[in-house]
Amino acid sequence: MSVANIEELDTVTVRFAGDSGDGMQLTGTQFTYTSALVGNDLATLPDYPAEIRAPAGTLAGVSGFQVQFGSQQVFTPGDKPDALVAMNPAALKANLNVLERGAMLFINTDAFEKRAMAKVGFDTNPLEDGTLSSYRVYEVPITTITRRALEDTNLTTREKDRSKNFFALGLMYWVFGRPIEHTIEWLDQKFAKKPEIAEANKAVLKAGYHYGETTETFGHTFKVKSAQLKPGTYRQVTGNEAVAWGFIAGAKLAGGELFLGSYPITPASPILHELSKHKNFGVRTFQAEDEIAAVCAAIGAAFGGSIALTTTSGPGVALKAEAIGLAGIVELPLIIANIQRGGPSTGLPTKTEQSDLLQAMFGRNGESPMPVIAPATPGDCFGMAIEAVRIATKYMTPVMFMSDGYIANGAEPWKLPDVASLPDLTVNFKVAKSEAEGDTFLPYLRDPKTLARPWVRPGTPGLEHRVGGLEKSDGTGNVSYVPENHQKMTELRQAKVDRIADDIPDAEVFGDETGDLLLIGWGGTYGALHAATMHLQKRGRKVSHMHMRHIHPMAKNVEGVMRGFKHVVAAELNMGQLKFMLRSKFLIDVQGLNKVQGQPFKVGEIVERVERYLDAGAQS
Amino acid sequence: MSTTPDLKLTKKDFQTDQDVRWCPGCGDYAILAQFQKVFPTLGIPKENFVVISGIGCAARFPYYMNTYGFHTIHGRAPAIASGLKVMRPDLSVWVITGDGDSLSIGGNHLIHMLRRNVNLKVVLFNNQIYGLTKGQYSPTSEVGKRTKSSPFGSVDEPFKPLSVALGAEAAFVARTVDREQKHLGAMLNRAAQHDGTAFVEVYQNCNIFNDGAFLHMTEKDKKAQWQLVLTDGEPLLFANGEKGIVFEGFEPKVVNVADVGIDAIHVHQEDGPIAYHYALARMRDPEFPTAIGVLRCTHRAVYDDAVNAQVQHTIDTKGEGSLQDLLYGGDTWEVA
Repeated sequence: MSVANIEELDTVTVRFAGDSGDGMQLTGTQFTYTSALVGNDLATLPDYPAEIRAPAGTLAGVSGFQVQFGSQQVFTPGDKPDALVAMNPAALKANLNVLERGAMLFINTDAFEKRAMAKVGFDTNPLEDGTLSSYRVYEVPITTITRRALEDTNLTTREKDRSKNFFALGLMYWVFGRPIEHTIEWLDQKFAKKPEIAEANKAVLKAGYHYGETTETFGHTFKVKSAQLKPGTYRQVTGNEAVAWGFIAGAKLAGGELFLGSYPITPASPILHELSKHKNFGVRTFQAEDEIAAVCAAIGAAFGGSIALTTTSGPGVALKAEAIGLAGIVELPLIIANIQRGGPSTGLPTKTEQSDLLQAMFGRNGESPMPVIAPATPGDCFGMAIEAVRIATKYMTPVMFMSDGYIANGAEPWKLPDVASLPDLTVNFKVAKSEAEGDTFLPYLRDPKTLARPWVRPGTPGLEHRVGGLEKSDGTGNVSYVPENHQKMTELRQAKVDRIADDIPDAEVFGDETGDLLLIGWGGTYGALHAATMHLQKRGRKVSHMHMRHIHPMAKNVEGVMRGFKHVVAAELNMGQLKFMLRSKFLIDVQGLNKVQGQPFKVGEIVERVERYLDAGAQS
Repeated sequence: MSTTPDLKLTKKDFQTDQDVRWCPGCGDYAILAQFQKVFPTLGIPKENFVVISGIGCAARFPYYMNTYGFHTIHGRAPAIASGLKVMRPDLSVWVITGDGDSLSIGGNHLIHMLRRNVNLKVVLFNNQIYGLTKGQYSPTSEVGKRTKSSPFGSVDEPFKPLSVALGAEAAFVARTVDREQKHLGAMLNRAAQHDGTAFVEVYQNCNIFNDGAFLHMTEKDKKAQWQLVLTDGEPLLFANGEKGIVFEGFEPKVVNVADVGIDAIHVHQEDGPIAYHYALARMRDPEFPTAIGVLRCTHRAVYDDAVNAQVQHTIDTKGEGSLQDLLYGGDTWEVA
């Protein structure tokens, strides 16, 4: 490294932005991977269009990948990038409004030709007209240098240009002082069968790195020390990976085999891809003809005694609703993983939102209660998937697992659990009639504590029985239209879900258990709410954060914690769905902090809105 | 599938204590009776049978069979049965469905089950009417049918269930009639023996909303003329052997045997060309007799076998999965 000034930073947010064909997701992922390996804590936000290849050079086609990394704990991908890599005018235009004054801009000047600029509404060249005067702008002819670096190869110009994202990656490695070796190793593996591509990408990566080192454009580089993370073994993980591994683990801990029924849907499909790789765990993945078949096949697998999962997003849950109700009335364990995205209807397939909570709670015909749980971070998806298996099999009930696009695609360093310490979830299938039953097996004879009915694998002699969607008598399971019986069964199905409250941990509270304002969140907003609360506390505000992983039923401490605060605010990426539940359940005047823009919360906006609220409250 | 030769099962073993609630005179009773007669003879332990249905009159069937049973939701039985069979290839899984259940709301699942060739036995009770909802035209009702929802006559072109099945790559396709008890039993038996999806259409009389829909071929004096009973390797004869079917290309034609000689009559081949089976499936009055029996029986890869073979192969080559390797096997780093 040249003798440039080295500035030490606590956290840095970098955003790579280009056309959706420019390889920005790959570039961001590699940058993240290397940052994790040098010991930074981090969080990522892939942000890409729904179209596979939106028209080149348009705002709609901009694909971005943002990562915040730091020497301290990092809870979000960062509000505003400190550094933006813009591969073309559209990428610059799309991100100008999120840049803080003084941010570094690395711009591929080769892409700033008149037509490309006009396409996104730059009438004059923003590099020359003063638009960027409040930023630190680094103009780099990335395309030209990339082609030059590959002069001696036989690649076509088109093929050469495809490597230019590695130039940007190499340059960022140099600017932020990270090694290029991990990406070189990765390229060798990835393109083992196409060594000429591996070599080209490596050459361009090095060209980017050396460009930073040898040109005098850059006054100084930045260093981010390793984060102080808890001791242990770490790996980088996305939420969807952790979901897949969590269900593999859950099935194994239950002593069963995992069945996944799924129909491809954004942003849940990576779980299907991941699980289909792990057949040596006995996992069967069934890519069904539609969402309904996917959940139904899972119900069939559950009837057969397997750990049954269906993965989807909001529109898929809508289609599965009737079948989920069936799983509820026949009381079979079934897990529905909803990786939420912006709605309604097709909505914003690639963007995050938390607007399916009330659908999970109430989106079925009849009185159809089911447990709802939500992981808080990418790594948390692992443990919560195991929790879903535990609740489903112990209480013989469908369970809704609510992740979202943000944690599904986002990555973080994950401290790996000690496999030996994972809970024993062994399922005890019923294999013989009890003495109380005598000659007649009672498929709805309930466990007095959990109210769960027995799980019987077909093939067990003497326990042949029928289940179905018609209302049934408790005990025998025979079809019944008796009025009092329907009342009883409806109440029993609700009571069974309610009792789970005795069997779950308290909701996590960060900060004092009393104070001026309690921020309540659930699911993937954890990082932003936690970081915002830290800021608010540092500024002397008596603010705490309670995060709910179990939403139905709620943990027992929820009401008490709420009553300890003057103000309670539910912060969600929807129009106030948890707020609605909390208000109706506890008659507490919960306020909402809501956003539906397809984007996660920024820490700054939470801090600002809470302070504004507190200050307004203090005056009145 | 595990089979044990001497199980000493009887019809009674398959009867439940539930009152059968179909309308008196319904064709479903006859089908139930044949199931209870055939199941004990298949050499399969009682606990290994599973009967799965959707919604409709026919779908009440599992409640009356003393096996494992699942009365599910409208049209979805093939999907539920597919999930079960993939995980539990040791079970003998039967899907009971009707014309509305399988060809309207569940049409998608039906064709995908057939193309995958999941090892399921599917029995479609075709009464050409919606019975449970009290008499609307169904996807197999004939054009012009007057029902509660088509008081001026239906203008919907009906499906021919076996055409649909063959179009969906079905490897085993049969047709039988509720009143032909012996034939019905034989078809259930053939379905049980087949490896892969076995699709059996049963013409079933709904004596309340569509009485006599099949009388033209089931009445004693009509049978000979209007039923063509198929036997593999035998010529296509009916009318007591006086008439037969010849094919000109894939076009069937009715001829007098006396005119053309027995050798000219087309010989039925269960594993013949699918276009031939398709033509056979579509023959009906007034031009043709209706073919009953096994129209098509061929063999191709069975879905659940293939899925489980892949799982086994992965275990054989990679070893049984270990959680430790799954989590710690990737790129990890230590924080001290």
